[in-house]
Amino acid sequence: MNYLTMIVLLGTSLLGSVAGVLGSFAVLRRRALMGDLLSHAALPGLCLAFIIMGQRHFAGMLGGALVTGLAGVALITLVCRFTRTKEDAALGIVLSTFFGAGVVLSSIIQHQEGGGAKAGLESYIYGQAVGMGRQDLYLIAGVSAAALLVVLLLYKEFKVLSFDSGFARAQGWPVLTLDMTMMGTLALVTVIGLPAVGVVLMAAMLILPGATARFWTNRLGPLLLLSGIIGCLTGGIGTLVSAGLVKEWLGFDPLGFGRSESNLPTGPVIVLCGTAVFLFSVFFAPRRGAIARLWDAVRLRGKIARENLLRTLYELGEPQLPNPPAVSLDQLLRRRAWKRTTARWLLWRAARSGLVQRELDGARLTERGLAEAARLVRAHRLWELFLIQGADIAPDHVDRDADAIEHLLTPEILSQLESGLPTAKLPETGVPTSPHTITANAVSGGKNAVGPPENEEGPLRA
Amino acid sequence: MSAVPLEIHDMTVAYHRKPVLWDIDLVAPEGKLIGIVGPNGAGKSTLIKAVLGLIPLASGKVTFYGQPYARQRRLVGYVPQRESVDWDFPVTALDVVTMGTYGQLGWCRRPKARQRRQAKDCLAQVGMEAFARRQIRQLSGGQQQRVFLARALAQDAQIYFMDEPFAGVDAATEQAIVGLLQTLREGGKTVLVVHHDLQTVRDYFDHVILLNMRLIAAGQTETTFTTENLNKTYGGRLTVLDQAAEAVRRGGFTR
Repeated sequence: MNYLTMIVLLGTSLLGSVAGVLGSFAVLRRRALMGDLLSHAALPGLCLAFIIMGQRHFAGMLGGALVTGLAGVALITLVCRFTRTKEDAALGIVLSTFFGAGVVLSSIIQHQEGGGAKAGLESYIYGQAVGMGRQDLYLIAGVSAAALLVVLLLYKEFKVLSFDSGFARAQGWPVLTLDMTMMGTLALVTVIGLPAVGVVLMAAMLILPGATARFWTNRLGPLLLLSGIIGCLTGGIGTLVSAGLVKEWLGFDPLGFGRSESNLPTGPVIVLCGTAVFLFSVFFAPRRGAIARLWDAVRLRGKIARENLLRTLYELGEPQLPNPPAVSLDQLLRRRAWKRTTARWLLWRAARSGLVQRELDGARLTERGLAEAARLVRAHRLWELFLIQGADIAPDHVDRDADAIEHLLTPEILSQLESGLPTAKLPETGVPTSPHTITANAVSGGKNAVGPPENEEGPLRA
Repeated sequence: MSAVPLEIHDMTVAYHRKPVLWDIDLVAPEGKLIGIVGPNGAGKSTLIKAVLGLIPLASGKVTFYGQPYARQRRLVGYVPQRESVDWDFPVTALDVVTMGTYGQLGWCRRPKARQRRQAKDCLAQVGMEAFARRQIRQLSGGQQQRVFLARALAQDAQIYFMDEPFAGVDAATEQAIVGLLQTLREGGKTVLVVHHDLQTVRDYFDHVILLNMRLIAAGQTETTFTTENLNKTYGGRLTVLDQAAEAVRRGGFTR
């Protein structure tokens, strides 16, 4: 890797991490599109600064970009306050107007003799980090350090402002000033990112790391840190890929990126890297990720099906208790709207965990299974009795409700239910007798019910 | 310095030029639990927000212990409505309560062990110490409300404003709040509570403020919370006031 590439790499990594940190606040405050507005509205500023100064002066052009970017934000506030236009519409209008003006200005500059090539303005639209020089890197480093310092010093203030601005104001914080400080810092970071990432895609640099980090943590501090790291890595890797360096190092081109002769634009590649990390998090993050949630749902459904099986076995054999009889598969299927294969599978699983013993084509509750089943039946019937006695619901209506809730009742709720009942009604086993005749399961409507069994099993189907 | 915790003089409040509270005069006595009662749209929350400077006053003056709010913020605690924040925000219950101590900390200083201990004590006072490390989304509605109360306690104030703390909470939380209110009163604090449930007003509050766009009555619950005053408060809105407010809004708009 040569010296110039090193500079570019440092620049984009730094940029990615600062954009990630500041962008997290924007994401958490549901202002993610502010970054989009700031960057689009910056384009005319870049062009105007170039026209005024007559040359490509990095800091000067960024100053211009900052001015028009913030002007765009102010304009939205004005449009919302003095017309009936809603905020999202105002944002769309202002964003595209400024961007349109920027494109027109840049094409005017390019038609001046010798202007276009020097300005390199088209690179601001999609971003081209390769042109980054040492001066540019110093500027990026300076702005990044300042921005991080602001966040570090005002962490507590930004936290309370973002979570509950009303409370912050009541507590005496100058909310408007804090808000403008946060917005101004965000604008600065956005603007220094424009040359590398481009006007169109800068918003993704701000939004993606924060939105990704939210999948992995429930605390603000770790979220900001993680967001910074994600931004740094995607910025760096995106740069390497776009410069064709991954191909150079690996000796082959993993994704066929380097096929074109010229380098790929940096901005889009960085964004795609960020999206890859985001998608990975969407699926694989613990607890908040899609797979973790799917797994939880599957486990809950399995638990409910197992509990329904145990209760059905208990009720079918209830006259012969405490010695549970063998129950045949057909008997089971008359009670529950399970497919034959589902029922077999449930029995197999229950047998494997020692809750039932397989006998012929059916099963018999084991000692452990009986205890577990008694607990469930007790929960089911206590709830039924509560509904009948406490809530005045007709006895033929309660089975369905109890069927849904029995899986969720905690021991505390159960003991509360029990203490609300006249104890004389509870036999020694602690399992009350059913307050209604037990027929084919009320939830499924008997074995003629249509539809897959999984639809029958959810608690409180919603 | 005046000993009156809160004095409101001739306060009018408007939303987008439309007046919602007219000419309120009010003096809150020290060390009492005061209920703010009135129908929907009566301006109960607006009263609190205006007093705390969250919405600008159209006219009038508010003082806390004889001084404007800007000088007395340390003495004031605030419990906003639970719906006013995003509960998916990445903070724990303890984080939220610690925010109550930010006022005493001042600029740029981070909460230290002392503030965290204070926050934990406040969580314990509302019976939530076991949930300190939970992300706030994973709490029930009543538990979230108790976290908000604990945050106000951490402000260590003299006068508290609570916006519908009883709205949509479970029985355990309701009892916790009632107990807390009594503790605050025993500590000599003044508490103003926006309240919806007319049945419990007599049990919970020493004083009531009856509100319906203007002040109907204010005073001791025994003498003020009467059928006659309630009829005045709830018995139909003053349509003239509504119409006037609407006229002001439209006048402002076309000008």
